[in-house]
Order: sequence, then C-alpha cells, then structure tokens
Amino acid sequence: MYQKRLRGAVNTPTRKEATTAMIPDDLRYSKSHEWVRVEGNSATIGITHFAQEQLGDLTFIELPAVGAVLEVGKEMGTVESVKAASELYAPVNGTVTEVNADLEANPGLVNQDPYGAGWMLKATLISSAEGLLTPAEYQAAIGA
Amino acid sequence: MPFVPHTPDQVRDMLDLIGVADIEALFADIPPQMRPKSFDIPAGLSELEVCRRIQRLAAKNKTDLTSFLGAGFYDHHIPKAVDAIVSRGEFYTAYTPYQAESSQGTLQAIFEYQTAVCRLLDLDCANASVYDGGSAIFEAMMMAVRKTKRRKLLISESLSPIYRIMLASYTSNLNLELTTIPHCDGLTDIPALIKALDQDTAAVVVQNPNFFGVAGDFTDLFAQARAKGALSVISVYPTMQSVLKTPGEMGADIAVAEGQSLGLPLSFGGPYLGIMACTKDLVRQMPGRIVGRTNDHDGRTGYVLTLQAREQHIRRAKATSNICSNQALCALRALVTLCLLGAEGLRRTAELSIERAHYAASRLTAIPGVERINSAPFANEFAIRLPINAYEAVDKLTARGVVPGFPLGRYYPGLENGLLIACTEKHSFEEIGILAEMIGGLV
Amino acid sequence: MKTVFQNSVPGRLGAVPETPKQRASAFLPETLLRKSQSRLPELSELDVVRHFTGLSRRNLGVDGNFYPLGSCTMKYNPKFTEYLAALPGFTDLHPLMAQLKGAGHYTQGALEVLFETERLLSEITGMAAFTLHPMAGAHGELTGAMLIAAYHKDKGNKKIKVLCPDSAHGTNPASAAIAGYEVVNIESKDGIVDPEALAKHLDDETAAVMMTCPNTLGLFERHLERIVAMVHEKDALLYYDGANLNAITGKMRVGDAGFDVVHINLHKTFATPHGGGGPGAGPVGVSAKLEPYLPISRVRKLEDGRFFLDYKHPKSIGYMAPFYGNFGVVLKAYAYILRLGREGLIRVAEHAVLNANYMRKRLENAFEIPYNRICMHEFVASAAQQAQNGVRALDIAKALLDKGYHAPTIYFPLIVKECLMFEPTETESRETLDRFVDDLIAILETAAIDPAAIQACPTSTPVGRLDETKAARDMVLTDDL
Repeated sequence: MYQKRLRGAVNTPTRKEATTAMIPDDLRYSKSHEWVRVEGNSATIGITHFAQEQLGDLTFIELPAVGAVLEVGKEMGTVESVKAASELYAPVNGTVTEVNADLEANPGLVNQDPYGAGWMLKATLISSAEGLLTPAEYQAAIGA
Repeated sequence: MPFVPHTPDQVRDMLDLIGVADIEALFADIPPQMRPKSFDIPAGLSELEVCRRIQRLAAKNKTDLTSFLGAGFYDHHIPKAVDAIVSRGEFYTAYTPYQAESSQGTLQAIFEYQTAVCRLLDLDCANASVYDGGSAIFEAMMMAVRKTKRRKLLISESLSPIYRIMLASYTSNLNLELTTIPHCDGLTDIPALIKALDQDTAAVVVQNPNFFGVAGDFTDLFAQARAKGALSVISVYPTMQSVLKTPGEMGADIAVAEGQSLGLPLSFGGPYLGIMACTKDLVRQMPGRIVGRTNDHDGRTGYVLTLQAREQHIRRAKATSNICSNQALCALRALVTLCLLGAEGLRRTAELSIERAHYAASRLTAIPGVERINSAPFANEFAIRLPINAYEAVDKLTARGVVPGFPLGRYYPGLENGLLIACTEKHSFEEIGILAEMIGGLV
Repeated sequence: MKTVFQNSVPGRLGAVPETPKQRASAFLPETLLRKSQSRLPELSELDVVRHFTGLSRRNLGVDGNFYPLGSCTMKYNPKFTEYLAALPGFTDLHPLMAQLKGAGHYTQGALEVLFETERLLSEITGMAAFTLHPMAGAHGELTGAMLIAAYHKDKGNKKIKVLCPDSAHGTNPASAAIAGYEVVNIESKDGIVDPEALAKHLDDETAAVMMTCPNTLGLFERHLERIVAMVHEKDALLYYDGANLNAITGKMRVGDAGFDVVHINLHKTFATPHGGGGPGAGPVGVSAKLEPYLPISRVRKLEDGRFFLDYKHPKSIGYMAPFYGNFGVVLKAYAYILRLGREGLIRVAEHAVLNANYMRKRLENAFEIPYNRICMHEFVASAAQQAQNGVRALDIAKALLDKGYHAPTIYFPLIVKECLMFEPTETESRETLDRFVDDLIAILETAAIDPAAIQACPTSTPVGRLDETKAARDMVLTDDL
C-alpha cells in the first residue's frame, strides 16, 4: 500500500471522499498511483490526484531520461515533497520519448493539475498495457 | 539525589493520581527474570568529589610539552570569545531545530556556517556537518556512487592513512571496489591516478595538502576525471584554504575537511567536525542536515531545515545516509572562529604557520643526515627522513619535553625513519630552534 | 536578523593574530595559491559577540524551557560536566600522543576515563564489552550492524536481511542498509512487536532483529522473552536501540534480557548536551561472542594499573572513528555516572517513568491516548479527533511554542495518526509538569471552539510558520545563492 511507502507524510488526516472528477474515466491506473493515457502505441503517464494530495506540495521530481526503457513495476523515478519522498513505478513496458520539462522549474504543476499540465512522461509501448486498474477498481483500491 | 527535584510527599501525591501504590508498580511489566543480575555501580559522589577525581585524571595527561604533532589535527589558537559564545545555554542545550520558529538562532547559525564553508572552498552548497573528516570522505564517496551509479573508487595513498582505514571499514559490506594508488616519496602520484581512471570510476579522492604536507594542484586530474564521467573528491585543511588554491578553483565536485583547526580543541580525539561542500547539481545527494532560507507568511525572513526528504527519518532504508545527530555545536564553534578571525585573521594564521614550518625545515635539513623526503612545495607541515628510527627518536625527545612530530613508520612501511612535523602560529622561533638542537643532538 | 555577511564592513578586523613577516607567496608558487582572499566576515569582536548573543535569544534550550520531546530525553545538562570537559589536561591532549612509544604513557588519565566508562556502561547494561568509538547514535547503529555482519561472515552464515518494527526510528533501517542488508518491516500489534508477524519474516537468512524496549510508543515489549528465543533459534542476533534507556536504568539490563548488541545515546540517557543537533556519542555494547569484532583500538589495563591501546585484533571491523570516539562527550557522561552512582541511576528510571505516567493521567480526559495503560518514560497522544475540527498535531505543537515550551515530538512514530509523543524526563519538577498540562488543556479547549486561533500559531516567536515548500523549491542554501 502506498501509505506505508510514504514515510513521514504529514498530510494524512481525514480522508476526503475521492469523487469521480478526481479519477478521470478515460485513464487507467496502477496500484502505486500512477495514471496512464493510452493513445494507439503511445502512453502518457503521471500520478493521481490522491497521490499528490498525500504527498503535499511537491518540491522535486526525478524522471527517467528520454530513451530509457521502462519495465512494469520497476522504479522509474522519484517524487519529493517537503516531508515525504516516494518512488515512481513504471505502469507499462515502454521506451521514454518525452519528459515534461516544465516540472523541473515548477513541480507544483503536479499538485495543481495532475492529469493535465502535471503530466510526467510519454513513452512508446513495447507491449500492450496490461494489469492496470479501471477507474472503479482504483477508487476501490484507495478505499474511497 | 542529584537532578531529580521531587520531594517524597510529591512522589506520593503523584502516585495517588496515577492510581498505583508505589513506584515499583510502574515497572510491573518487567518480568523477574529480566531484572538486573547485578548492578554494581559505586555509590554516587558529590560534585566536589567527582571534580577532584577527574581533575586528578586530567593531571595525569602530559600536555605541558612543546608538540609538533599534526597529521590532520592541529594546535591553532582558539580565541577565548568562542568558548564564551558557545557556552550560552540557548545554543548548547538546544535540540535539533525541527521546530523552526523557536530555533532561528541555531538555524541562522547553520546557514551562516554553510555560507562560510562555501566561500572558503569556492563551492555552491554545504551541509550542516557530519561527524569528522574521515566519515565525510566516506559520505562523499557514496554521493559519487549514487550519482554515477558506478562502483570503483580511486584513492591516493597520500590521503590520511587513518581515514583510509576508516574507509575500508565503512565499505567492507558494500559492493564497492577501492583502489589505492601509491604515493611517490610523499607526493600524490597524479599521472598514475589519471592512468587508473576509467568508465567504471565513480570518484577519485585526493587530499590537499596531502598527509605528508605537500601542497599541489589537481585541476588537471579533476578535468580528466570529469572527461571520464567520474566525480572528484578532495579533502582539505580549512585554515590553509585561506591561502591555498581552492577546491572550486580546481574544479572539484565535492570538498570535505576535518574542521578541528577552526576553533575545536584537540580533546584527545573528539568531538570534531566533518565539513562537506559540493557543486549545486550534487546537492540532492548530499547527506545530513541542510538549512535553507525562506520566509513566513508575513514576509519575514526565516530559516528551516530543508531537503529533509533525503534523510533517514523520511527515506529510512533509502536515505542518503543514516546520519541523524551531527556536530552542530562544533560547526557553531567553527563559524564563530571564522567570524572572529575574519578573512584577514584566518590568512594571517595560515601564513604565520607556514613561515614557522619553513623555518623549521631549513633548520632541520641543515643537520647532517637529515633531509626532507621530497622537495615539493609545502604549507605548514612537512616530512623528513632521519638517520635513525623515528619512533625511537620521538620517544627520547618526548621524555625531554618536546614531541618532535609523528613517526610515519606506523602507517607507511618503509618510512620507519620518517617524521611528520607541523607548525602553527603558536610555535615560537625559539621553540623551533630547540627542536633543531635536540634532533641535532640525537643524530 | 541580518547575517554576519550582511553586517560585514570591508576592512574591519576582529580577533586577528600578528602580521606575518612574509606572505604565502614567499614559500609557495602562485599556481598553488588561491586567486583572491576568501569572502569571510569582516567584523569586530564586539560585532561578533552581539550577533551571536542576538541569535541565542531566538532559540529555546533546556536551560530556559521545558522540552518534552519524546525519544530525545531532553534532561538537564549538568554544568559541572562542562567544566571538566574543558580542563586543559583533556582539551590540549593530541590524540596521537597515545600512539607514541610507551603506548599511552602520556595519556594515562584519558585512557582511564575511557576504560572506566566502558566498564560502567557494561555494568549498567549487562553487556560483556563496549566500544566508545561511535560518534552518534546512528553511528552506533551502523557499528552494531557491521559487527553483526562481521559475526555472520566469520561463521560462514548466509544472512541477507535485517528486520525492524514499523515503529522503529528511521536510523535503524538506514544503518542496516549501509551495512549491506535488506530491511524488512514487521507490523506491530497493540503497539508492540507481534511474535506472529515476526515469525512470518524470521528465517535462516535473517541476520538480526533491531528493537528498542520500551519501544518508541513508550510501551514495554511484553513478548520480549519469546522474541529473544525465536531470534536466537535462527542464529540471528538481537539488536537494542538504546534511545529509550532512560526508562529502565537499574530496572532491567538488556544484556541479561538476551540482547546481543546495544547502542547507547550519551546525549540522551547520560545527560550530555544536544548542542543544537550534536555532538553526541553512541557507544556500542556487545555480548562476549561479538567482542572479537569490536573496532580498534581497545583500551586495556595491565596488572600494574597502567592503561594502553591494543590494536591486535585481527577480526576487528577496523576504525569507525579516527581515534577513540567523541572523547569530550564521553568524559561528560563518565562524570555524570560517577555523580549519580547506583541509587541515582535507579532513580533516573523511576522518576522518568513516574513523570510520564503523571502527565498521561492528567491528560487522559482531554486528549486521546491510544495505549492508555501504564507507560514507561514516554507516551503518545493522538490529535486525530482535533484534526476533524481542523486542528492537527502540528497546530497544537505550534501553540505550545507560543507558551514558551518546546513542542513534543510530532508525527513519530508513524503508526499513530496525528501523533504527539511526550517524554518529560526525570529532571522536571511537578510544578513544570502541572503548568504544561494546564496550558496544553487550555490549547485543546481553544481548539474546540476557535480552531483558527490555534492554526495561526505561533504568533509570539521571532518568525511565524515558515514556507517550507518555498525553501525546498528555491533552495537558497547560502547567502550567495
């Protein structure tokens, strides 16, 4: 569970109900709170609203380099906030084609707009995306 | 009973409120078989008696000698104002500044210390300290390993042997390869280091002045390391950095130092001060506490511990280090010393030490049979070769009130006649003359 | 307050030594010298004294304020130990003097301090031998983990992991990782280590289990006997994190209880000052089977009463410190132990536990106490209820700062929501405890009716709540960045 990996997260009080607006219908999700938008052979990846809320204001994001190979379930980067740090795990098998350069100067974009301007990376799929959760399954997983 | 304030009446009242009959009831969870098998601690002594006993122990140490011992730890003058400032209870009985609003004194002091370190070494970022100069080298090596994702470390044999033993110990359970490049008559073998650099090297580690006192320039070595994708780590002597070419000027990635020369007494081995500084792009790899400037919601400038996500209390097993307590008060001493001396004072301290060391070298090499082990430039420390065993020579002269230096044979086989001599501004020219006469008399 | 750099006046001199007869360039070639003078402060001595006096006034310290920080043991720092550690017979002693011929002839007093402190700590904890070399608690944990690794390697055991309770201090897993181990978390049950959960992970590849007792919730580990048996049955070692030793001095000896390796925090249990974050010291005690691996040098006593440094230990893990540890800190602890003596040490645990239970009892109706039974030297409260109303543990901590107290530990251990951990220590008076409890209850009452007032705290400190996000994002780490 994400909770246990989030060491020192201060923002863990009353859990808000995750409404459907915070778990968009057109995306798929990993248990480790990454979201994936699949368009043909390409995937866009970021972290969910729930994840950024748990972490608090992000201060630093470390993403894989363009050309890096992603392996499902393996670490691909890290996110840091003032009081917490966590790994990013690849939700798909793919090769990184683009990384969101705006996040270096403005990691807060992930907090403000996790599914839009806060996208993290794009990759070309090596194998079709499998094992991802539907919005309903993800909602259940985070206990909302 | 010292330091516990309760009267028996108060204890009774408190037990009543808690709802137990006696104090033993509070320890009921400890089963009988876990009670102490013995507890043979002597009865407590009064403050007077403890002071007498320990003063007698202090008197059993011989400190009224003229000593030329250095080897990384130097007897510079500590301005008396340092003790006065640092013994303020608000500094030394304070805790780690996690509650920033009530710890601005400690936090701003650390920020100023970080700034002073960066300006002295010409680098971008410093941390709030690690334990000592040796563990600092280990931490620097680990920074390089994490950053480059490589496993090989190249270390010059002219790096302090004491630190090299520490490095071997610290890395013994890690999958790293440490290669030591031999010194050449006390010189750091730069060509050999350059030759040994390859695509698996995480870092090259050198010391300036090196353990033998030799001052050098590693700009070229560091450029070569960079070309191969390796980081450069240099261990320096803070006082001497007021005159010597800086790590930043040489293009080093990480500089570390033992900060004892900045206002810390020798104190038989500690507490000391591990100084660390690095270039901006390495700051996320730096272990330990770091203070940053920010403001509060009314716009007032304030200081906080920052980048804590790297540290053990958050990252746990994946932290940049396991360090928690550091040497904060020692860093404060160093900062206060640097403020009291100032740029000019630190430079004068270094130059007074250097001129005395060069006088000593000229007097000693004038003795037949005594020569320096090399002819390289040096600052306030140098090594000579005697015609007799240095360990014995030191023994004889110490018995007569002068410790002539550190015998090198203990850590450098083949240099059993080698003696390492350091001078500081505290040595008088007369004392150096006496040293020369005594050595002359021996050989 | 301006920084020393902002206050500098170009050309102003402080406590400078005499002018040297010659410059560095007379002795060293220009290529080896720095191009320009370092931009260190340029202040007069009075400027410096005023500046740091001003800074000190923006700090809390045990000398001035109650500091009920759980797991930190912020007890009174006795002043006579400062005097002793400053004696020139100790401060002027170069550590290499003990490595000259005569093996310590010139340093007999210092070696006696080390030897006696090792002996006393061994007796206090029931361990066979000690090393004073580790320079902090975490350093002691690393040393302990390395001793464990050396033991297993010597025996030819293939051990790859270390188990830590989820309530463990972060330095436990961090230290085990540096010793090359994989770290596995054990879930607590009812706040203490659950033998069933332990059994799930404990196997032949387990090198050690790291624990503390009482644990970080202030609870005695009731299953300890069974845990000791389980761990030893797998030829694993049991490590004791001594951060909470203050609860059991004279009441329990961890060596007798079956621990193989322990570290002690001198800056906690043995009253050496915290210094704003250090220096501390983390001596490590071991059972007889681990003695051969202790770091060198070891202090030995000859029959004629003389002390010397012994380096002949082929199985030693080597050097953990450049010399003999943080001697100046060890000396203060030694003086403290001599002063307290047998009865004084027992009284430490008794009154530390008394004070914690007293505070707990006085707070139990105002604050949720998750494990509301007899605690040891510290206890935890949860502000989960107050958080429903918008007042979190952090806000309560800040409100306490306004009242001149240092806040308790917050958000540790991680297994209790909105956690506050209180450790009063034995040196605090009943009046202080009562005043603190009354003030805390008042804060909680205000929190219920006017949460905004608590969320605005602190208002009486030199600065208010600081923007930590900005600090991390902007990274202004020196006056020049």
